[in-house]
Amino acid sequence: MIEIKNLTKYFGKLCAVDHLNLTLNLGECVALIGPNGCGKTTLIKAILGMVLPDKGEIIFDGKNIKNDNQYRRQIGYMPQIGRYPENMTIGHVIEMIRGIRDGHMDWDNDLYQLYELEKMLNKKMRTLSGGTTQKVSATLAFMFNPRVLILDEPTAGLDPIAAEIIKQKIIDARNKGSLILITSHLLSELEDIVSQVVFMQDGKLILHQNVKELKQNTQQETIAKSIVHLLKNEVV
Amino acid sequence: MKVLKYVAIDIFKNKIVIAYTIMLALFSWSAFSLEDNASKGLLTVLNIVLLTVPLVSVLFSTIYVYNSNEFIELLVSHPVKRSKIWTALFIGLASSLALAYLIGVGIPLLLFADLGTALIMIAAGILLSVIFVAVAFLCSMLTRDKAKGIGLSIMLWLYFALLFDGLVLFLFFQFSDYPIEKFVVGLSAMSPVDLCRILILLRLDVSAMMGFTGAVFQNYFGNHWGLLLSFGLLSMWILVPFYWSLRKFKKKDL
Repeated sequence: MIEIKNLTKYFGKLCAVDHLNLTLNLGECVALIGPNGCGKTTLIKAILGMVLPDKGEIIFDGKNIKNDNQYRRQIGYMPQIGRYPENMTIGHVIEMIRGIRDGHMDWDNDLYQLYELEKMLNKKMRTLSGGTTQKVSATLAFMFNPRVLILDEPTAGLDPIAAEIIKQKIIDARNKGSLILITSHLLSELEDIVSQVVFMQDGKLILHQNVKELKQNTQQETIAKSIVHLLKNEVV
Repeated sequence: MKVLKYVAIDIFKNKIVIAYTIMLALFSWSAFSLEDNASKGLLTVLNIVLLTVPLVSVLFSTIYVYNSNEFIELLVSHPVKRSKIWTALFIGLASSLALAYLIGVGIPLLLFADLGTALIMIAAGILLSVIFVAVAFLCSMLTRDKAKGIGLSIMLWLYFALLFDGLVLFLFFQFSDYPIEKFVVGLSAMSPVDLCRILILLRLDVSAMMGFTGAVFQNYFGNHWGLLLSFGLLSMWILVPFYWSLRKFKKKDL
């Protein structure tokens, strides 16, 4: 579904992503992990067309994404920190995004209902807590039944119940055959969701492996322990 | 377009914009009711407009654009062209600030001044608002850093609103032995605030208040051509900065 070829991005002299090659397929739930500043966000932003690569290309569903925006019809994106115009209400934000995606038929209102946004439609974005803002972002990301979901720290700031709801939603989407790309620092949270792990460091791809294989190879029980094991033994 | 509608609603509900509208209204109502004849009041209003409208437009817009960073990112992740997002933000900001001016200054103008003058001054104020929104957009694209961007926009305001006419005057006295009037006329096109002043004072026909550039301008163009030319130049002041910022925005890493 997403093919990244030789992607390179410099910010000034800093090389944020360094000749990265990566192929991601539908039906996978991929955890994108790595230390701070390793290029995860840049990679995600490049896929979303927010960051324009210096070298290399990104092929989405067989098409180069350069100078295209229609491919984003198939992507649902949930940012790490959602900040919306202060005086917009929840209702306005949802209506506006729906307006951008006009012509779309197949709405998914699960999160809208589960998070009970209906009761808060007239609340201004400025007055919302961080968690509620995240709920709005999550609702927007899932609203279009996208084939690709890109979630940047989806559970950060959510209360346990809300986090559980979104986790279930992610699993459902995976079972329906979507491709899900998640970044998170809390590996334990991802444990039962993800099927593949991509580990990045200094803008380079260090590891792209199936979770089962990873655990087998390292003889560890959890993803977190496996990664730590790999790092300690300098296998990677 | 959908984005434009909600951006405009958001800005018009903004407290600063509401306060700005009220402040403009207070100033112009009091200027007209305190002075005994309308043209004196008009000059007072003119001076307030030439100082505050650019300042508020440029500062508010710069801050708004920087604060909208994450919102712009979110919009970019949807299937919309970047140019549409940028244009929607621009029109949203420009129309809200123009509306604020229209309510704050436009209504008293229509009530107290003669119609022709009122219309020209409304047009000039709206153009000035839009121009400084465009300048703000350019500032916010020239640097990623919010503090630097705001600093830059204040510097530009200071330069256009206060320093420019003085500078031209200084140049003129320094080179008074040479025929530099043409050059000065050309220079006046470099500042939208001066152009607006010229535009309105050509109409009012009070050369004494024109500032230096205005006086030369009138000498050269007379009233009719002067009006047309300055309107044309003012439109360029909207198009050029906005188009420049749009080109930068299309290539920007968010």
